[in-house]
Amino acid sequence: MKKYSTLLRSAALMLSLAFLFSACKKDTTTATVNLFAGFTYQTEDQMARPAINTVFNAAADKDAFNTTIPSAMGAAFQSKFQAKLLGLNPAYTTNALGLSANAFTTLLATDVLTVSTTGTTTFFDGTNVLTGRALGDDVIDTELLLIFGGTTGASNPGLTSDKVSANDKTFLTTFPYLATPW
Amino acid sequence: MKTKKILLTILGIGIVAAGILFAADHADSPTITGKTTDITDVYAFQSPTTSTNMVFVMNTQGLLTPAATGAASFDNNTMIELNIDNNGDNVEDLVVQCVFNNGTMYVYGPVKPSSTGSKSIVEGTSSISVGVTPYGQTAVIASQNSYLAFAGPRDDPFFFDLDQYKKIIAGTATSFNSPGNDTFKGTNVMSIVLEFPKSLLGATTGKVNVWAEAKRKI
Repeated sequence: MKKYSTLLRSAALMLSLAFLFSACKKDTTTATVNLFAGFTYQTEDQMARPAINTVFNAAADKDAFNTTIPSAMGAAFQSKFQAKLLGLNPAYTTNALGLSANAFTTLLATDVLTVSTTGTTTFFDGTNVLTGRALGDDVIDTELLLIFGGTTGASNPGLTSDKVSANDKTFLTTFPYLATPW
Repeated sequence: MKTKKILLTILGIGIVAAGILFAADHADSPTITGKTTDITDVYAFQSPTTSTNMVFVMNTQGLLTPAATGAASFDNNTMIELNIDNNGDNVEDLVVQCVFNNGTMYVYGPVKPSSTGSKSIVEGTSSISVGVTPYGQTAVIASQNSYLAFAGPRDDPFFFDLDQYKKIIAGTATSFNSPGNDTFKGTNVMSIVLEFPKSLLGATTGKVNVWAEAKRKI
């Protein structure tokens, strides 16, 4: 297996070099060399919505959650998520979105982020819900509210916000938007 | 004892000094903690500057102190892949693959993958490439045909009083503090930022589902 992989790698490298060489000879400046041909890559981590694996999965399930394809996640994790939700908030009936424990955990167990291509993109901005995730969105407060806040969002007031409402650096107004590193 | 153990397991036992600290998705499993395949957060939003563009941020390798950031790098054996489902079945119809070679990020797609699921090959030809911005230097930005790309260290945009949440879960506190304390204050991530026309997403219903995958060369 290893030998095969090495062979493939050598072949890919030779092809790349050959292509590069011929490209140079033809003075083609736009030629794209695929440095990565012949390799296979396998999933070790995946995520979409923030903190889902962290909050809802027991240690034994974390690797599985990180490597289960999203279309299979609901069947694999919904019931465990529901048990975890009711463990975190035994009084849960519905949340501010009107979702039952079953409906809420069905939504969360399939870890994809829905993004509007035609309108506002936000995790929650007071009006729009789960239409994307902007840098400044207070996603943790949104999740705490939906887990602990009850039907109106007014339950457990000490648990529905972490009282950290903004990033520690100001975001940029232009690409790449994220602030410079510390 | 058992209850306490279960409660601790919910968040994991965070040991900041050892870098084992569970958050948005930072170090969410021991298998990937401290590796270049650890995704910390995913963001997707309409471009603030070009409303016909969408921006995708995929952050990796969280909780980097300033002292550790200079040595952090993207791995030639790691692919960071944006998966796009445009028909609502939670199966990727398009992928955007970010792969690295000696300090340059090559971006492939959005392109229909030759197969879906947990194994990938690099698809097609590169859409854009950009040098990875070294720590402490001005952001290197590649731009062509309304496609922009950046890779390099950035401030972690995630904020959360994780320490207090852990105390609540552990039963040693009953509520958050006001004000809270951002556990991620002063830490960096290795960030990938892409911006390209929404038309490349193939959306027909006004929305897409996206997720990020970190894949290792096998």
